[in-house]
Amino acid sequence: MQRIGVFVCWCGSNIAATVDVQAVSDALAREPGVVFAANYQYMCSQAGQDMIRDKIHELGLTGVVICSCSPRMHEATFRKTCEKAGLNPYMVEIANIREQVSWVHKDKAVGTEKAIVLGRAAIAKVQLNTPLIAGETPVTKRALVIGGGIAGIQTALDIADAGFPVDIVEQKPTIGGKMAQLDKTFPTLDCAACILTPKMVEAGQHENIRILSYSEVEEVHGFVGNFDVKIRRKARFVDETKCTGCGLCTEKCPMRKVPNEFNMGLDNRSAIYIPFAQAVPKVATIDPRYCMMLNSGKCGVCSKVCEAGAINYKQKDEILEEKYGAIVAATGFNPISLDKFDEFAYSRSPDVVTSLEFERLMNAAGPTGGTLLRPSDHEHPHTIVFVQCVGSRCDASAEKGKEYCSKICCMYTAKHAMLTREKYPDTEVYVFYIDVRTPGKGFDEFYRRAVEQYDVHYIKGMVGKVVPEGKKLRVQASDLLDDRQLVIDADLVVLAAAIEPDKSARPLATKLTASMDTNDFFTEAHPKLRPVESPTAGVFLSGACQGPKDIPDTVAQAGAAASKVIGLLVKDKLIGNPCVAKPDELMCNGCSSCEKVCPYGAITYEDKPFRGPNRTTVYRRVACVNPAVCQGCGACTVACPSGAMDLQGFSNRQIMAEVDAICR
Amino acid sequence: MQVNEAFTPTIVAFCCNWCSYAGADLSGNNRLSYPANVKIIRIPCSCRLNPMFVLRAFQRGADGVILCGCHPGDCHYSTGNYYARRRMTLLFSMLDYLGIERERTRVEWVSAAEGAKFAQTMNEFVETVTALGENRRLEDFRCKVR
Amino acid sequence: MQGQIKEKAIALLRSGAADRVLGWKLGEFFYDLTPAVFRTPEEVERDFVFSVFSGPNLSKYLIEESKKEGRVAAFLKPCDSYSFVQLQKEHRIARENVYAVGVACDGMCDMKSIRAHGVKGVLSARQEGDRLLLETLYGPAEMAKRDALPERCLHCKSKKVVDFDEMMGENGTECPDCGRFDEVERLEALSAQERFDFWRGHFSRCIRCNACRNVCPACSCVKCVFDNPDSGVAQKAAASDFEENNFHIIRAYHVAGRCTDCGECSRVCPESIPLHLLNRKFIKDMNELYGAYQAGADFASRPPIMDFRQDDAEPSVIYARGGDRA
Repeated sequence: MQRIGVFVCWCGSNIAATVDVQAVSDALAREPGVVFAANYQYMCSQAGQDMIRDKIHELGLTGVVICSCSPRMHEATFRKTCEKAGLNPYMVEIANIREQVSWVHKDKAVGTEKAIVLGRAAIAKVQLNTPLIAGETPVTKRALVIGGGIAGIQTALDIADAGFPVDIVEQKPTIGGKMAQLDKTFPTLDCAACILTPKMVEAGQHENIRILSYSEVEEVHGFVGNFDVKIRRKARFVDETKCTGCGLCTEKCPMRKVPNEFNMGLDNRSAIYIPFAQAVPKVATIDPRYCMMLNSGKCGVCSKVCEAGAINYKQKDEILEEKYGAIVAATGFNPISLDKFDEFAYSRSPDVVTSLEFERLMNAAGPTGGTLLRPSDHEHPHTIVFVQCVGSRCDASAEKGKEYCSKICCMYTAKHAMLTREKYPDTEVYVFYIDVRTPGKGFDEFYRRAVEQYDVHYIKGMVGKVVPEGKKLRVQASDLLDDRQLVIDADLVVLAAAIEPDKSARPLATKLTASMDTNDFFTEAHPKLRPVESPTAGVFLSGACQGPKDIPDTVAQAGAAASKVIGLLVKDKLIGNPCVAKPDELMCNGCSSCEKVCPYGAITYEDKPFRGPNRTTVYRRVACVNPAVCQGCGACTVACPSGAMDLQGFSNRQIMAEVDAICR
Repeated sequence: MQVNEAFTPTIVAFCCNWCSYAGADLSGNNRLSYPANVKIIRIPCSCRLNPMFVLRAFQRGADGVILCGCHPGDCHYSTGNYYARRRMTLLFSMLDYLGIERERTRVEWVSAAEGAKFAQTMNEFVETVTALGENRRLEDFRCKVR
Repeated sequence: MQGQIKEKAIALLRSGAADRVLGWKLGEFFYDLTPAVFRTPEEVERDFVFSVFSGPNLSKYLIEESKKEGRVAAFLKPCDSYSFVQLQKEHRIARENVYAVGVACDGMCDMKSIRAHGVKGVLSARQEGDRLLLETLYGPAEMAKRDALPERCLHCKSKKVVDFDEMMGENGTECPDCGRFDEVERLEALSAQERFDFWRGHFSRCIRCNACRNVCPACSCVKCVFDNPDSGVAQKAAASDFEENNFHIIRAYHVAGRCTDCGECSRVCPESIPLHLLNRKFIKDMNELYGAYQAGADFASRPPIMDFRQDDAEPSVIYARGGDRA
């Protein structure tokens, strides 16, 4: 029989207001095996933890039950407390009487009764707990960053500066991501390229950073500290080590009708291309969809003009197999497709553009050389209408767009409006908005400057319809503050399209076994306390793949993710989770049922000798679990017909004891 | 003992640690109420739910058993809930075949972000089981106190 | 057939192709054959019996026999062969130590069926064509063999021996339209109360003799959960209704996807509980929800319960299936 101490937490008034904590500790004191029961204001406080420690020493407790907040909150805290007091940390069970009792049940009698039942279940479980010892695994001191935008670059630089090797895997031919496409950045209006490209160069030249551009993560196996990753290096048909990035091939390539992704399709590029002048690595890539040599075997111009002899039409995809200790997802975002927003005539008129396209139209390296010209007739637009929240903050029932706020649009629209007015004071600029959201350092001041100094017409209301009429775009909108309908004949309409996670994020999350929310943003381990970690150990989150973010937030989070990675990589060994599957060899049939359902390949089989009848030795095939690979899901325990496989910490008997206690 | 009181069923809810247990916590964080006769048992993954636990609950007098796990495709262990889905479909179908009312058993996918769904699911389930009344078809009279 | 099989058994032992032979010998009654291992030609000569009552499935005995020194020859009917393959898939049988002789089968008689047709006091039985010639206390009798077959043979799923080293008689084929799920469907169409009453009526007779478990080739765990005090379900006796339900549900669940539907459980049940209807329910559900699957039909496939598809039916599918909406 265990000697169990029960500690009931008030959590200030969070629990005590709707649960009679005294009644709970009194009732639980009478449970078999309980030698001590008390309640206290804040069990997680130092005084509360000291009380647990003292009682362990004083009464020789062998098990501890804490009735408090969710184990997801403080299980680790109390385990540490007990460990420090010399008790095995896995002899602690938590009864969740806050999130699952006091906060959901208003009636004190009902709440108290339920709290007692949950306490009994935890006591019943602790009765069957056994001390568990965590295994240790070594750490591969190397990180993988998936995505080479500003988030990935910053994370990689910070990790590399701390002395650990980092690989950046980027699906595009160059790193840089969305920030490379931006013109100026809010709220300081410094040029994006001026602050980004030095970082790209630094990453490209850093001795600890290897950039695997035009590459994708194919498979991920292993676990925190010991990931095995297969990376597909897509054939770019150019030898990266030979290409000097002179760009002669891109000038001579006869196939020039390829929509230029970097300029959002506003102009064309050649089939062999370098995405932009400051690309890192600055090497050419052949687009196999358009290259005539690859498709029909006729051409070969680039090969002829390349003095370095870097062109190789026979290049094949390569698979790299690498080991990493930590993985950072930094897969970024994209504007949503506007297919379902016909009312804005995006697909019907070239003069209805997205904000990212507008960014290119304003950029000196863009298709118009930095002069703001309408895509249709290359004339100066004199009336520009900006529409905010296109696809953001949509009603779930509308079945188009996103429910969330894309966060960055208010600020970049203010920036666009301000820049337009500054460069072309003869232009009338209207901004239609639902709300203007400008939390952030210097953000509201920035927005007010747009309104007050630059005379941008901010109109609260949504645009109902955009109708192309001749050279004009007739914008029908409502002004909610003046309660009137407006019609504006605009030359250019700019849509602040919602942003969504990159399409590669969902399959990547599956490979990483990292969880995602319904919008395909990666989920954090804790929305407030662990915002840069995925719930999957060893997987970290950087940038907009976790949620919409502007550049300052992204860089801050990138640094935070890096520091978490560094914190992991400086360790020589990781202490594992001892709550893993464990087979009872005496009962194992060796039938392979468990192996079939194990997602981690943690189960293998061995022929082991057993004592047979009459002092004979018989060999039987039995399952073995690698505790470093097992993650403790328990799939095998249910697949096992003989019940030989059990899960430590969540054993059959423990769970049944909880069931019994609850149904008692 | 509680002869004249209205019937309140005993409901055992098995929740996976990563999504549904967190979803239940979230309904607490958001102060969304559901009946107190729902008692949650935390399991690491929905695939940890052994049919023996379900039967055990019914044996000891539970009137309804519900399993909550991550949405298919979102399992923390990548595939656990897929197995749980087949297992529970087959088990519950078998219980139904034996004449145990199928409405006493349920599987619901609740993510860590779906506190409201958790509370709503529990409210619905308790309502359903209350309407069915006490579980008499699969209980062990030796385990009944009342 | 008896003569040929005995000759084959003797030949295998004499030639050294097998060190032991797994077959049948007489049990307490002539119609009650029991599996037996024969070590010498003399033993075979004396005791080996193959008759219309050679129903017992021999495959389970190969778990132990195949692990012993030397080679064992086994006579496997189609049903036995499915279990044989399934056990190989589960690494329970060392195939290299087994010489499998496939035996064609057109159904194995059951005394319960014979009695049900009004023939009593049977002393011996012999098949001639599709007739069964019987000697009884009351003189000779005759009946259609079909009438002497148990339910499992009337709805035979396959007359094909799936894995053998040598075949005796012509190998048969699968019988896809055997109608073996008809009875399950009939039950599904009943109301919940009727189903409950049906099963309660049957289970209430269960004496927990464990015959079903002991004969079942799929129920061949080194240690059964019901014998393991740590499992939390070990019970020696059925003290309440629950135990019977629990035992049979768990047993059916544990063999789901591995049960080849050989029907041995129902054959041996002293209380005539139609246990095969539990297994068939699982098989039927799996076939309908996850695609047709026959345990033991091949070496590569995965039991549906250890497999999944991302677009599998949700568990709520059961609310919309079956008979009544009680």
